Parts: sequence; structure tokens; C-alpha cells
Amino acid sequence: MAEINELIVNIWRGQEKGRLVEYRVPARPNQTVLDVVTEVQRRYEPSLAYRFACRVGVCGSCAMTVNGAPRWTCRTHVRKVAAGNRLTIEPLRNMPRIKDLACDMSTFFGKWQKAGGRFEGTLTRNDPPAAVDPVSAERRAANAAIECINCAVCYSACDVVTARPDYLGPAALNRAWTLVNDVRHAARRETFDRAAADGGCGACHTMGSCVQHCPVGISPTASIAGLKRMSLLRFLGRAPE
Amino acid sequence: MVRHRHHRAYWAFLGHRLSGIALAIFLPLHFLTLGLALEGAATFDAAISYADLPLVKLAEWGLVILLGIHLFFGVRLLVLEFLPWPDPASARTGWILPGAAVAFLIGVVFLVGAF
Amino acid sequence: MSERQLFALQRISALVLGPLVIIHLALILYAVRDGLTAAEIFSRTRGSLIWTAFYSVFVIAAAIHAPIGLRNVLSEWTPLPRRAIDWSMAAFAILLAALGLRAVIAVVGG
Repeated sequence: MAEINELIVNIWRGQEKGRLVEYRVPARPNQTVLDVVTEVQRRYEPSLAYRFACRVGVCGSCAMTVNGAPRWTCRTHVRKVAAGNRLTIEPLRNMPRIKDLACDMSTFFGKWQKAGGRFEGTLTRNDPPAAVDPVSAERRAANAAIECINCAVCYSACDVVTARPDYLGPAALNRAWTLVNDVRHAARRETFDRAAADGGCGACHTMGSCVQHCPVGISPTASIAGLKRMSLLRFLGRAPE
Repeated sequence: MVRHRHHRAYWAFLGHRLSGIALAIFLPLHFLTLGLALEGAATFDAAISYADLPLVKLAEWGLVILLGIHLFFGVRLLVLEFLPWPDPASARTGWILPGAAVAFLIGVVFLVGAF
Repeated sequence: MSERQLFALQRISALVLGPLVIIHLALILYAVRDGLTAAEIFSRTRGSLIWTAFYSVFVIAAAIHAPIGLRNVLSEWTPLPRRAIDWSMAAFAILLAALGLRAVIAVVGG
């Protein structure tokens, strides 16, 4: 039974094999989950491994699973998520665990590449800047998805990623959609082909957990729907090439 | 503790998938029953007289609702995938509860007619 | 068949099934009143070109749509290998088409 001003915090220790270890931390009026993790590591458990960088909600490094949902811990007030002063903190889902709260993101970034996410320019420094119409449908579609910082919260929330190791995932497909709509990109068709291949946009079941959890307010579901539309129209021979 | 699934669009996915599985299992049985008509009206009548059993009517009621759910949740998906979105964050989740409600309404009409 | 093609077939068959299912549901709600008998069904379907066409299209669309959907379920929710799933779903499609068209003949033929 916790004191009113005490948090009971269960933190994952170990790797794939491990267990939740309980720590008790003073409850403070203004406290984020990252504050809690930091306090545990500094005061009680120096060997606790976790990631963070900016602490102010712009880098995405501190993403973890908090009480079952993937979140940026620096932007999560304890009061908002702690039911009865209890917190359970685990690493992000769908990625191998390196140690404690740090997981291996190399597959996540690999899929970003595999989906055709690498930009290829067509101009040189001697050319004038590309003329991109900011209100064209293509640019507006790209703009709606462009602010992704690859924090992997959506990837962690997605059940298709869990069920299908070859599924490219919401972030990679969202990135592909921005490039498919980018008039400066030299490989728009190739990016689309990669995004629509096996394990690509067709595997999305519109569960919507990605939209629900994205801290930046992006809708990968909408981007993937755009890719699906393009895929069907091309199949029917009714899309602009 | 799994909390990332606790939102409406996920329930819509689950309802659509589970109803689809049930219908896929039901279909071959449905076709086999109808195929009994090949053996004449008498045999066919004997087979579908089972439809008068209350338990069978209840099962049919369930199937009608499942078909309705699969249809309305499926229409939502087709609309999401082929029509422009009103805004990128709105996955037409407002269609989910009404869709399920209409499916249940169809079920009510069926029950009233069947009993 | 690539997943792109399967995806397209799934969506196209869904577009076909939509209106057909609505009509079928309406028919069920109508036919189920006053009890279901062979005579009542046959009075509508026997020798009817329209119902033959309607249900044949319905059967083919369902025989495409259901196995592709089940393929996703099996690959995500069971440990079965991909090839086994693909082959069994192809077989399921053929089974549905065969049983379904046989059922159409049964209620439409004489």
C-alpha cells in the first residue's frame, strides 16, 4: 500500500529475459515519467539503462511503454497515467531488448530504407531551387506526414508489426508516402513499388493504433491509405504514371 | 498490460476480422445446405425445416448481425482507402458505432420477422 | 500472386459484394417472414435469369474475397508456414466457387 506521496514504479530489468523490479519514488506535483526514471537511476539503481536526449519533447529518444501504451516519457505527466500511484515502465514493443529500457532500433531504421525512404535529388548546386507548389494536392499530402522524427512509437503500437516480421510498419510507409508525393524526388515510382510490395501498404489493416499514439499528430493510416489508393488505381490502369 | 489497443478503430478492426472468420466458416455449410435442393423439394424442405428450431433462428440472427457488421465496417474501410479524408487524424471513427447499431437493427427486424 | 495483386482483388471483390450483400440482407428479412419453405424459395429462383446472374456473381466475388481475408488471419494469428497458407487458401477459393455455383444450380435449375 503506497503512501499518498509515493509512487510504486515497476521497471523492466534485463533483456528479453528479465523481470519487473519495483522501486518507490516520492510523488511530486510536477513530475514526468522521464523524471521518475531519471530519479530511479540516479538515486536507487545506477545500472538502470535508458535513453533520453532533449528532455523537452522534440527528439523522441525517451519513448517507452508506460502502463501498456507507447509514449514519450518526457511529455507524459505522471498524474495523467498513474492509476492509483502505480507505474509500469517497459521498453518499446516490437523491437529486441538490449538492456532494461533500451531496445535495438536497427530493424526499424532498416525498414525505413527498405520502403524507399532515401531521398534522391535531381538537381545540382548550379541549378535554381526546385519550384514546388505549396498548395498542390501532392505537397499538402506530403506536408501532412513530413514531421515524423522516427521515434518508433507508432511502430511499437502496431499489432501488424508484431504479427508479421516482414511488415514495413507505419513510420516507413508514412515516409515513403512523403517521397512519392515529392516532386523533387528522382525515384518516386521506385519508392512506391517498394512501399506496395509484399509486406508493404497492403498489409495494413487500418487498426489505427499508430494515429492514436503518434506524439506529433501524424496519421500514418492516412498516408498508407494514400498508398493503397495509388496501388489500386495503378492496378486498374487508371492512375497517372 | 496492453493498453495500446483500447480505442475505437481497433474494435472496428477486431469486429470486422472476427465476423469475417465466422462468415467464412459458415459459407461452405450454407452452400451445402442449398445444394440439397438438387435432391428434390422434399429433401430440401426437410433440411430447411430445421430453420424453424428456435436455436437455429438464433444462430441465423447472429449470422445476420455478423454480416451487417462485416458490411458496414468494410464500407468504412473502402471509404477510408478510396475517398479523401476530411482531416488526416480523423479515420471516420464516427462511423463505427452507428454501423454496429444499424447491424443490430437489421438483426431486430430479422427477429421480429422470424418469430 | 503478389500481395499487391491480392490486395487489389480483395478490394475490388469487396466493392462488388457491397451492394449484393445489401440486396441479400433485404431478401432474407423479407423471405424469413411466414416461415421458410422450398416452395417459397423456388417460386423466386426457379428458371430466373436474374437470380442466376445475381447469385453467380455473388458466389465468385465471395470465393475471391473470403480466402484472401482468411490468408491474412492465418498468417498473422497462426504459426502456419506461408506456403501452406497460400495453397490451402487457393484450395478454399476453388471449394467455395464449386460449392457455391452448385448451390446456384440447385435453386435455379429444375
